Amino acid sequence: MSKRKLNIFTKGFFKENPTFVLLLGLCPTLATTTSAINGLSMGLATLFVLVLSNIVISAIAPLVPDKVHIPVYIVVIATFVTILQFAMQAYTPDMYKTLGLFIPLIVVNCIVLGRAEAFASKNGIVDSALDGLGIGFGFTMSLTVLGLVREILGSGSAFGWKFISGDGLLVFVMAPGAFIALGYLMVLFNKIAKKS
Amino acid sequence: MAAKSNLTNMVLCLTAVCLVCSALLGCMYALTKAPIDKANADILKASIGAVLPDGGDISDAREVKVGGQPSEYYVSSNGDEVVAYAIKSTTVGFGGPLTLMVGITPDGNVYNTSVLSHTETPGLGAKCTSDEHFYSQFKGFDPSQKILSVKKDGGDVDAITASTITSRAYSLAVKNAVEAFKTIKGE
Repeated sequence: MSKRKLNIFTKGFFKENPTFVLLLGLCPTLATTTSAINGLSMGLATLFVLVLSNIVISAIAPLVPDKVHIPVYIVVIATFVTILQFAMQAYTPDMYKTLGLFIPLIVVNCIVLGRAEAFASKNGIVDSALDGLGIGFGFTMSLTVLGLVREILGSGSAFGWKFISGDGLLVFVMAPGAFIALGYLMVLFNKIAKKS
Repeated sequence: MAAKSNLTNMVLCLTAVCLVCSALLGCMYALTKAPIDKANADILKASIGAVLPDGGDISDAREVKVGGQPSEYYVSSNGDEVVAYAIKSTTVGFGGPLTLMVGITPDGNVYNTSVLSHTETPGLGAKCTSDEHFYSQFKGFDPSQKILSVKKDGGDVDAITASTITSRAYSLAVKNAVEAFKTIKGE
């Protein structure tokens, strides 16, 4: 893998981390990260859509007239989201029960359309797939970390494994705690990212 | 970069993309329909099994109207003798609809309850599915002796800490199921 390709892949982790640096797609971020597992699954769901839509959009972009490119991209993204929704409903009904509400919202997640518009429509298929993977993994990582922090503080458990009896600081399970946790993680992340 | 737009290629492009996408979705729907129905049926069956005493054949879904609202129920019977009723009951919780399956024995007592679907806050209202102290209160609940509402409202149900609204919705759902049971019996 050439250095440039590697760079496309890794930039989503730190330099252009969607959650902590670009601050994109915060609605599902805040809403689904009540536990590490939920964050992880939401991240993987978005990763799936992001990679596939990036590939397809980079392939069809030269053929799409520029005045209708947004509707075309949205239709492509929505198709993949719906396919994912059917698949989850059929094969992972438990996961669908917790995340079902947020899966359709991936359509309007600005990361997906953002990458389609800013990267996939201007680059080749391989680069776009790498970009989707990188950003997707960056998103998954951020959501898992945020979910883990909120789960530890809010419910006293990690990945469903409980280590205190009773409740944690309940505020971290709810929306205000999501903002607080996200804020502090962002500070921490940017401090570390600046140093390296 | 993108091709220059004119009416013909815009219409053609959109039509083509939409056709391909809908064809894909159609296939996906056909492929997953059976597993989805099976998954939903499994959930329903598991919840009916959980709220009814063992033994007895479970009937197909029947419908009863309580206060104009239709509600689904299932009868478990052993020959001609009815073992229990499983009644589906939906109320509005804190985050949206809360649907319970309530098992009721012919003497009018609640046998057990189980949550079919909910959108309560994780860590707070969502505890109605995991807090044993809370949901076990409804096991063997006798509605003629005790009142089906939370203690704050003068009833006999201990609410989940910091989740009174969910607890209220849960109690109300059980109460509605008891009402539905009375209607079924009266029929």
